Amino acid sequence: MLLEIRDLSRSFGGYQAVSAVSTSVQQGSIHAIIGPNGAGKTTLFNVVSGVLPPTSGSVWLDGEKLTGLRPDRIARMGLVRTFQGVRLFGAMTVLENVQTGRHIRTSSDLAAMFLRPPGRESKQEAAIRERAMALLDMVGLARQRAVLASELALADQRRLEIARALATEPRLLLLDEPVAGMNPVEVNEAAQLIRRIRDSGITVLLTEHHMSLVMKISDQITVLNYGRKIAEGTARQVREDPLVLEAYLGADEAEAH
Amino acid sequence: MLDQYTQSVLIFMGINVILALSLYLPISAGLLSLGQGGFMSIGAYTSAYLTLNLAWPFALALAAGSLAAGIVGLLVGFPALRIKGVYLIILTMGFGEIVRVFFLNFEPTGAASGLGGIPGHTTLPLLSVIAVAVLTDFWQLRRSRIGRAIAAVREDELAAEITGISLTRVKVTVFAIGGALAGLGGGLYAHYASFIDPAQFGFQRSAEIFVMVLLGGMGNFFGATLGAFTVTLLPELLRFLQDWRMTFFGTLLVVMMIVRPWGIVGARR
Repeated sequence: MLLEIRDLSRSFGGYQAVSAVSTSVQQGSIHAIIGPNGAGKTTLFNVVSGVLPPTSGSVWLDGEKLTGLRPDRIARMGLVRTFQGVRLFGAMTVLENVQTGRHIRTSSDLAAMFLRPPGRESKQEAAIRERAMALLDMVGLARQRAVLASELALADQRRLEIARALATEPRLLLLDEPVAGMNPVEVNEAAQLIRRIRDSGITVLLTEHHMSLVMKISDQITVLNYGRKIAEGTARQVREDPLVLEAYLGADEAEAH
Repeated sequence: MLDQYTQSVLIFMGINVILALSLYLPISAGLLSLGQGGFMSIGAYTSAYLTLNLAWPFALALAAGSLAAGIVGLLVGFPALRIKGVYLIILTMGFGEIVRVFFLNFEPTGAASGLGGIPGHTTLPLLSVIAVAVLTDFWQLRRSRIGRAIAAVREDELAAEITGISLTRVKVTVFAIGGALAGLGGGLYAHYASFIDPAQFGFQRSAEIFVMVLLGGMGNFFGATLGAFTVTLLPELLRFLQDWRMTFFGTLLVVMMIVRPWGIVGARR
């Protein structure tokens, strides 16, 4: 198991956002965490990625304990995430955003800066640019490389955020609602991209409200409701689980009509 | 040859460029300091004491002054990790005051009566070389790994951390290098002015450095450089106004902040 979440709880004051959730993510899989609004998905993500400390419980990546570490340490260990609200470096270009993702896989150039003759690109810089361009190609943003990140359309911003995360060479990529606000064409493209990421050997853990996407691409699904895990299994198993139908799909159907 | 007056204006221009860049660096990571005068005085006093009393060679004394200010910058950088925005400004102001009061009472460097007779080692050619070197480094910084990390921290701290950038390292680094640069400027200043006392490095000096960056534009280092030029030259060009000179300069600043709040250089954000 690549990621193990053990008995994880997080409360805000008296409100129990996540309670005693345990689950594990298989290496090389696409694992989805679903649940109605307020089920605790985003809180779970925040705790796993080190943005929030847990109230109790622990998170392990490939046998190493993540709980208590800062997000930058967790990123170095190979766990990187995206945000539901997309957090890019807005005043930097598309290319620079991805180049920034190479930070932890390259060495400091602070001293070299004082010594290198101006105007000459170092070997490392050239490699960073090449790698970043390859990733932009992969997500389909190569043409917009010189555009400011803040000027991209939402779907492109999400793609850029994924490219920046991939630049860090993660073992596990956490995607927080990667297709929220996208049209059907964009959702399809995103699904292909997520599959390609998995096929390249990176394990994907995602939260999503878009049920048909989740059912289509996920190898494993964990269902949360009111902060608790109520079901887990493949798409088919989860779809037929009476607890899930009642708590989640039932509510969703009712909303849709 | 340039006459005495022109030379002195150019020398102050060079020193001010270094000082403005010393503040631009933390600002480019989103950290505002109103205590650059403090770092400047550490560099000025350290280097002046070394050349004056211990007969150190100028280059070595200058480097020592810069290093001392850089180390203090490192120490100031740590509390800056937890403190943000207006509180950080107050913290740095407080730091500047502490340094001023320290030198006001520190007997070995003359306390309130200051330190005089400092040899005039700072020449225009030397200063030009140093200023060009510093500007070159800032030029390099724009497209470098560390430069991107600094910009990332300014743009979005959480996103930077998630991407693996250590906020601690970036913030402490910019404060340390910024402090070292201000110390360098201070050392050069001391060896031109030949007399220094604590009052020259008080809040007014810190504010002046801040005005340079603000006026030029915080978006990139050209702005800070141009701001330093403007703040040095404009009062000179306005000399014909005599007593009204600084009033006019102040009014100009107010107008500028209304018309172009993002500074002379740099895009509107």
